[in-house]
Amino acid sequence: MFPVKELKRSLFVSIWFAFLTFPIMVIKVDPIERIVSWRWDNMIFVAIGSFVLSILAKVYFVRKERRAGSKKAQTVLTEPYVHRILREPRFLYPLSLAVLTFAILFPHLFSAYQTNIMTTALMYVVLGLGLNIVVGVAGLLDLGYVAFYAVGAYSYALLNMHFGLSFWLAMPIGGLLAAFVGVLLGFPVLRLRGDYLAIVTLGFGEIIRLVLENWNDFSQGPSGIANISRPGFFGIDMSFSASINYIYYLVVGLVVVTIFVVNRLQSSRLGRAWLALREDEIACQAMGIDKTKTKLIAFSLGAFWAGLVGVIFAAKTTFVNPASFTFLESAIILSIVVLGGMGSIVGVILGALTLILLPEYLRALSEYRMLAFGAILVIMMIFRPEGLISNVRRSYRFKKQTSSESE
Amino acid sequence: MDYFIELLFGGLTRGSIYALIALGYTMVYGIIGLINFAHGEIYMIGAFTSFIVATVLSIYGFPLLAIVVIAALAAAVWSSAYGVTIEKIAYRPLRHAPRLSPLISAIGMSIFLQNYVLLAQTSDFLPFPALIPEFAFMEPVAHIVGSSDLVILITTTLVMFALTLLIKFTRIGKAMRATAQDRTMAMLVGINVDRVISATFVIGSALAALGGMLIASHIGQINFYIGFLAGIKAFTAAVLGGIGSIPGAVLGSLVLGLTESFATGYVSSDYEDVFAFSLLVLILIFKPSGLLGKAETKKV
Amino acid sequence: MSEAILNVSNLTMDFGGIRALDSVDIEIHRGEIVALIGPNGAGKTTFFNCLTGIYTPSAGEIQLRHPETGKKSRLNGMKPNKITEKGMARTFQNIRLFANMSVLENVMIGRHCRSHALIFGAIFRNPATRKEEREIVDISYQILKKVGLHKQVNEQAKNLSYGAQRRLEIARALATDPFLLLLDEPAAGMNPQETEALINLIRLICSEGHSILLIEHDMKLVMSLSDRIFVMDYGKKIAQGTPEEVRSNPAVIKAYLGEDVDA
Ligand SMILES: Nc1ncnc2c1ncn2[C@@H]1O[C@H](COP(=O)(O)OP(=O)(O)OP(=O)(O)O)[C@@H](O)[C@H]1O
Ligand SMILES: [Mg+2]
Repeated sequence: MFPVKELKRSLFVSIWFAFLTFPIMVIKVDPIERIVSWRWDNMIFVAIGSFVLSILAKVYFVRKERRAGSKKAQTVLTEPYVHRILREPRFLYPLSLAVLTFAILFPHLFSAYQTNIMTTALMYVVLGLGLNIVVGVAGLLDLGYVAFYAVGAYSYALLNMHFGLSFWLAMPIGGLLAAFVGVLLGFPVLRLRGDYLAIVTLGFGEIIRLVLENWNDFSQGPSGIANISRPGFFGIDMSFSASINYIYYLVVGLVVVTIFVVNRLQSSRLGRAWLALREDEIACQAMGIDKTKTKLIAFSLGAFWAGLVGVIFAAKTTFVNPASFTFLESAIILSIVVLGGMGSIVGVILGALTLILLPEYLRALSEYRMLAFGAILVIMMIFRPEGLISNVRRSYRFKKQTSSESE
Repeated sequence: MDYFIELLFGGLTRGSIYALIALGYTMVYGIIGLINFAHGEIYMIGAFTSFIVATVLSIYGFPLLAIVVIAALAAAVWSSAYGVTIEKIAYRPLRHAPRLSPLISAIGMSIFLQNYVLLAQTSDFLPFPALIPEFAFMEPVAHIVGSSDLVILITTTLVMFALTLLIKFTRIGKAMRATAQDRTMAMLVGINVDRVISATFVIGSALAALGGMLIASHIGQINFYIGFLAGIKAFTAAVLGGIGSIPGAVLGSLVLGLTESFATGYVSSDYEDVFAFSLLVLILIFKPSGLLGKAETKKV
Repeated sequence: MSEAILNVSNLTMDFGGIRALDSVDIEIHRGEIVALIGPNGAGKTTFFNCLTGIYTPSAGEIQLRHPETGKKSRLNGMKPNKITEKGMARTFQNIRLFANMSVLENVMIGRHCRSHALIFGAIFRNPATRKEEREIVDISYQILKKVGLHKQVNEQAKNLSYGAQRRLEIARALATDPFLLLLDEPAAGMNPQETEALINLIRLICSEGHSILLIEHDMKLVMSLSDRIFVMDYGKKIAQGTPEEVRSNPAVIKAYLGEDVDA
């Protein structure tokens, strides 16, 4: 089945990678003790690994080509069954109900430790869904998303420290402040071309972090702000474990609201305009869409959600410092959106749960977490740019004679 | 006055290192229109390779000159190899994809490489061996201008000169210019565009590796994370000069290096990086075509 | 004759050293079908781009007058979306549909500037929003019926045939309720039957009260549809008149056939 030529190629690839990774993977020096260790075993791993991967990639491309050849006959029939489940209410509703029930029972079934991890994962679900509006739906690559998260977290931390502001008041304030910052930034930068926008937002994210790190009078610098109040419940003091459950349910609630809102937005006039903007800006403008305004709405809505989660983050950990808001955090959220499927709500949820829970439970993997996030971005772009679960577009049905009957 | 001259030379040194990195950004952008986000990591890998090779050689007792030459060659060779490989794996399959796809891929590559070095080596700062001796003739001015400043300035000037000759007069240089102007047209007249793109990555990566080695020995330590900041700053410089323009990259780098040096020297060093990032944001907002770049109008 | 709905005077567009448009004057009246012809590279598409705000002209005046309200607006430097709102919409020579959206959604985008719902409406789906959304779907469907694409509403735009994509471009532009429709080579790439159907479609659209300015290389279409023709070459308007006048104009023949042939 595999011609010798292909094996030779893979052999060449494996030799190339053995050479390529030689200094970094094989040699390790200790400049103080002046010891050199040669780790030849690594070279063998690299050689075998790259050999196998190159064969796998080859198989993938051959199969893809073959499929493309016989595609015309069956495009209509091969709708993935995930889509059918998502489209059919009679599958979707019971499924969502089951998931929700599980989510509600979760703290009773598992330990506080597990609940805490789940809360974190769900916060990333909301962050992912928020960024999804910006990147997935509107096609604006925002690499500084974490800045808005920081705005939310610090607004609660500071308002709580100085004025004793309660969590429930801080939620809307944090969200709105983040959205406001989003508008302030978005206004000048959203007319930039896509790749420049990405870099500007990255720069902006770093500026916010560096300011938080250096402006000691304002933010207490790198040491951060501690002793932030946990969310209260009508002034009742809660035990530590009760408050873990409380925050958990809060986040579950936020997830539900977010899904609802994002879903509605996607199938609205605004959602259509975002999609169209992603496809062709010039055609959009020629069709009467105000480019800047429409983008600005997407950008600040995304920021709003990041701000909300930021407030919850500050309340959950009772401590914030600039180290939580690095570029890598933005990259993680971006990986969630890219892995799950740009524009797809279910995809983003699964993406967040996979990427956040997997390293938590497979401790052996957690070291390789960031390596994997990087690889995911590359691999998804090359092999499956639409993500694990691509977005399902709504379709319309019309009765024969008269006009409309949608859905 | 001494302080001013010290800052001036500090700025020029910084600027010329930025220039070595910025050239890679600008050349790649000129040819395939991609912000090669992983370029900072190429620079870091260059620095790391030279660190490993130089340390090994010095442990085995090689003479300084041999160490310098071999380490520089090794850094250039391996960085180029990484550059070409990255292009082939992460960018080439996406040449006809929507514009943001290769950028996302590049960001992924950058994160991957950082963590690859972190896992294969260490997360600690490592002391970089002093490759540039204190020259005796520099003694009287050593408190203002160090020997390594001088070496960096001379080396980068020579390299820029060589690069200019290469691009102006050699076959591959002409092919690169043709491809940058119009890729389809270049293909039609028989230029092997894939090879030109690979050559661009080789040259850009080798320059970045050289920059990595020079700055690491100047500062005296390295770490897996140095590529991020250096990469962004060099990109800022490239945009400041007008991305796609080679003289622009050099000019932008010097301007950025000097302003950073004077700003930290006279104003405050707390906000050193904020300054570069703000400059980046401001240029992209107000003059995205940079100092020497051409504004582009989209044909409809 | 009534006052012009579009009045362009002295329009000039420079790209660096190239003068793509050189003092072009054109006016269009209500209910007319006007053609703009000229050899490749004459500047026709550039003219459209200047009218619709995609390029900002270097000099000249563009005035649009709404045929019903009589309201005049100067279009120079106005954003493309504002111009579309004023009642002038266009199609693109190199098709620019939203390839991954459905046929119906493409047309619904055209309704964007005639509807209003924003975040609040999207989230709460209040009665007004629901009504508006229903209207968008209804109107879009009617327009698709008019251009003969109502059987493919849920098809992705990129899966349509070339001719169908051109008709979808027209449908999308019509959805913005323009009183003046600009068509850039609507028949390009169509077979004779499709072109015939297109001629009828354009007549129908015109009879429904839209005025039309079209760029076209297909002389059969131009001659059978146009009330008047403008001819451009090297960025200049070189002739204008009825199809008969233009057909026999020596300058036009020279522009099309080259310098050597004397008329
Ligand atoms: N954005 C631009 N930048 C530079 N030159 C341009 C630009 N747009 C158009 N041109 C030039 O303007 C001239 C007119 O082009 P235009 O597309 O308007 O011609 P056209 O009459 O539509 O031709 P065709 O019949 O081939 O569509 C051409 O020489 C073209 O190269
Ligand atoms: Mg044209």
